[in-house]
Amino acid sequence: MKTFKMGGVHPEENKISTNAAIEQMPLPKQVAVLMNQHLGAPATPIIAKGDKVKVGQLIAEAQAFMCANIHSPVSGTVNKIDVCKDIVGLPKTAIYIDVEGDEWMETIDRTPDIKRECTLEPKEIVAKLKEMGIVGLGGATFPAHIKYSVPEGKKAEYLIINAAECEPYLTSDHRAMMEHAEEICIGISLLRKALGVPNAYIGIESNKPEPIRVMTETAKKFEGIIVEPLVVKYPQGAEKQLINSITGRKVPSGKLPIDVGCVVSNIGTTFAVYEAIQKNKPLIENILTVTGKKLPSQHNYQCRIGITYNDIIRHALGELPATTGKVISGGTMMGKAISNLDAPTTKGASSVLVMDEAESRRRPESNCIRCGKCINACPMGLEPYLFSALVKNNRIEEAQAHNILDCIECGCCFFSCPANKPLTDEIRLGKNKVRAMMAAKK
Amino acid sequence: MNLLKISGSPHVHSDESTKKIMWRVNLALVPMLLTGIAYFGLNALLISIVSVACCCLFQWLIEKFILKVPSTVCDGSAIVTGLLLAFNVPATADMIWLVAIGALVAIGVGKMTFGGLGKNPFNPALVGRVFLLISFPVQMTTWPSVGKWFPMTTDTVSGPTPLGILKEGGNIDLPTLTEMFLGHMGGSLGEVSAIAILIGAIYLLWRKVISWHIPVAFIGTAFVFSGILWLVDPTAFVDPVTTILTGGIMLGACFMATDMVTSPMAKSGQLIFGVGCGLLTIIIRNWGAYPEGVSFAILLMNAVTPLINRWCKPTRFAC
Repeated sequence: MKTFKMGGVHPEENKISTNAAIEQMPLPKQVAVLMNQHLGAPATPIIAKGDKVKVGQLIAEAQAFMCANIHSPVSGTVNKIDVCKDIVGLPKTAIYIDVEGDEWMETIDRTPDIKRECTLEPKEIVAKLKEMGIVGLGGATFPAHIKYSVPEGKKAEYLIINAAECEPYLTSDHRAMMEHAEEICIGISLLRKALGVPNAYIGIESNKPEPIRVMTETAKKFEGIIVEPLVVKYPQGAEKQLINSITGRKVPSGKLPIDVGCVVSNIGTTFAVYEAIQKNKPLIENILTVTGKKLPSQHNYQCRIGITYNDIIRHALGELPATTGKVISGGTMMGKAISNLDAPTTKGASSVLVMDEAESRRRPESNCIRCGKCINACPMGLEPYLFSALVKNNRIEEAQAHNILDCIECGCCFFSCPANKPLTDEIRLGKNKVRAMMAAKK
Repeated sequence: MNLLKISGSPHVHSDESTKKIMWRVNLALVPMLLTGIAYFGLNALLISIVSVACCCLFQWLIEKFILKVPSTVCDGSAIVTGLLLAFNVPATADMIWLVAIGALVAIGVGKMTFGGLGKNPFNPALVGRVFLLISFPVQMTTWPSVGKWFPMTTDTVSGPTPLGILKEGGNIDLPTLTEMFLGHMGGSLGEVSAIAILIGAIYLLWRKVISWHIPVAFIGTAFVFSGILWLVDPTAFVDPVTTILTGGIMLGACFMATDMVTSPMAKSGQLIFGVGCGLLTIIIRNWGAYPEGVSFAILLMNAVTPLINRWCKPTRFAC
C-alpha cells in the first residue's frame, strides 16, 4: 500500500458519522452569501437590494484573475449587501437573501437521471467550471478554472483525486463516495478530459474499505480511473504528501503540483464538477458532517451555501449540549474553531464538529525537552522547535532561512509534542511575520 | 450557554507527555537496579534510595525557595537523574552519604542552574558523577568485591574492576565473557550487567523514547576503534568485546548519551554524537589518566551538541 515517506502522525480517527446517510437540510429563512469564499479576490455583486433572485442565478461575478463566480443558493429577495462577520469574527461583505419558496433557474437539470455523455471540448469544460463558480472543496477553495488551465510550457501527466479524508471525524467525502460513486466517476472523467491526461488516481485511506470497494467497482465502468488504497497516516490528504504517496514525485519548496506534472482535486469537487457540467448546476450546495463524540446523533447534510452554523445546529441538534466547549469548522487537526455561530457556511465548509468541554482544553505547557518528536512528525522535514524559539525571539529572517514558509500547518508537531508547546500557533505567527517582512521589503 | 472556546488547530493532542517519557525511562532502569542489588546487596539499595530522595528533595527546595516556581518533581526527571547517578558510583558504604553530595551537584549545578529540565546543556547525573570522581577519587575508585550472589552484609573488601586490571597492565583474573554479560564483575552499581541494560534499552526503543542511532553509533564506534587497536597490537590493547562489555559503555550508550535534552535532535546529528562518544571513550581509556572515559566522553559531546544541532538538519521534503 502506498504512502508518503516523511513524518506524519496517527490521531484517533473518530469517524463516527460514517453510517449516517446524506440528508437534505431544510431551507433557512435567510442566507448570507459571502463574497470571498474562495482563495483570491472577493467577487463583485451584480444585483442590488430588492432584486428577486432564483436558485442558481449569478449574483456576484469574478472580475479579478484569482476569483470565482458566486450564485444564489436560494430563491427570494435580496435584503441587503452588508458587512457580515465570518466564523472567526472577521468582517466580510455578504449578500443577504430572504428566502421565498424554492424556485430554480430553468437551465438547471433537476432530474435524478445520471448523464454520462459530454460533447464539450476541454477548453469549454474549463470555461464552464469558471461560469459555475467551481472551487476546490478540499479546504483551500482554489478556483477550479485556474487549476485546470495548465500554463504554457507545463504538462499535466497525473490527475489525482483526493479522497484520503485523513482528518479525524470528517465523513462527507466518505458519504459522497458511497452515494454518488457514478456521478463522481463522470466528474473525474470530465476533469481527465479537460487536462488531457491518460489516468486519474483516486487516493483513499485504507480505513475506508467500503468506499474503496464501491469506487473500485464503479471505476471499472470508466476508462482510466484507478483507485489507490493508501496507508492510514495523517496528513495523507495534504496535497504534496498525496502526490508523493501516489506518484513518488515531490513538489519542491515554493512550487505548484503542476511543476511536477500533477493536478490534485478533492473528491467533493469532482461531484460539484459533474453537477456543473452535466446538470448546469452551479456550486450552491455542499455536504457537511455534523458530528461530535458527545452528540446524541451524527449526521451528514447536503446544505445550501450561506446557511448559518446556528441554523444547522438548530435543525440537527435542537441546541448545543450544555457541556459544549468548542465548535470546529473542519476536522480536529486543521479545522478552525468557530467564535461566531451566526456566520454563514462557505463553499469550502466541510463540517460542524462539536467538542466537549473536557476535550476542548489544552494541557499546560512545559519546557521543551528537545526530544525531537516534532522533527520526526513533520511531513515537510522542518524543525518546529527551532521556529518556536526563533519566532518568540523575533528572529524572523532566520526563521525564513530555515524555510518556515514550507510549513503546511498540518499540526503534527503540536499534536506530538510531549511538552504541549503550541508549536503550530507559533509557526503560523512566524509565517505571517515573514510574509509581512517580505511585503515591507518590496 | 457557555462561551465557546477558541484556539488554533490542531484541536487534539497525542497522549505523549514529558511525565510519561520520564516514567518510562524510570521503568527501563528497574532491571539495572535489581541486578545492582543482586550483586552488591543492601548498599546498592541504600545508595539508590538516598540518591533518588536527595535529587527530588533538592529539586523541590530549589524550585520552592530559590526559583519560586511550581514544583516539577512529579514529572519523574529527578528520579531518572537520581537513579542514573546511583548507577554510576561504586556500591560501597561510603557512597551512601557521598551520593547525597553528588545529587546536590547534579540537580543544583547540573540542572536547576540552567532553568530545570530541558534547559541543561550537560547530563545532570554525569555532572554529579564527575564531580564526585574528581573530589573523592579514593572512594569513587574503591569497588566492592563480587564473590557471592545477594550479599546482604556490608562487604568492605574491595575488588578491582576489569578496566582497573587492564589499566594496571595485568591481564590475569579477568572475568569471563559470560560473567561480563551477566554483570558478575567489579564496577559501578548499575553498569555491570549488560543484559539488564539491554532489556531496559529494548523497552525504551519499543516505546520510542530513544532511537537506535546514538547507542549503535556509540557502541559500534567503540567496538570498531578498539578492534583496530587490538588488531594492531593485541598485547597492548584490550579486545573489542571486552571493551564494550566492561565499564560504562553499555549504560552510557543506552541511557546517558541518549538523554534527549543533551543530545542532538536530527538523526544524522545523533550518529555523529554517538561516534564522537565512542572515539573519546576509547581515547580516554587508552591514553588518559583514568581507566574509564565514558562520563567524560558524553559530557564533552554534550558540549558540542548545540553545534551539531546547528550543522545537522533533518532532510527537508523534496530536497
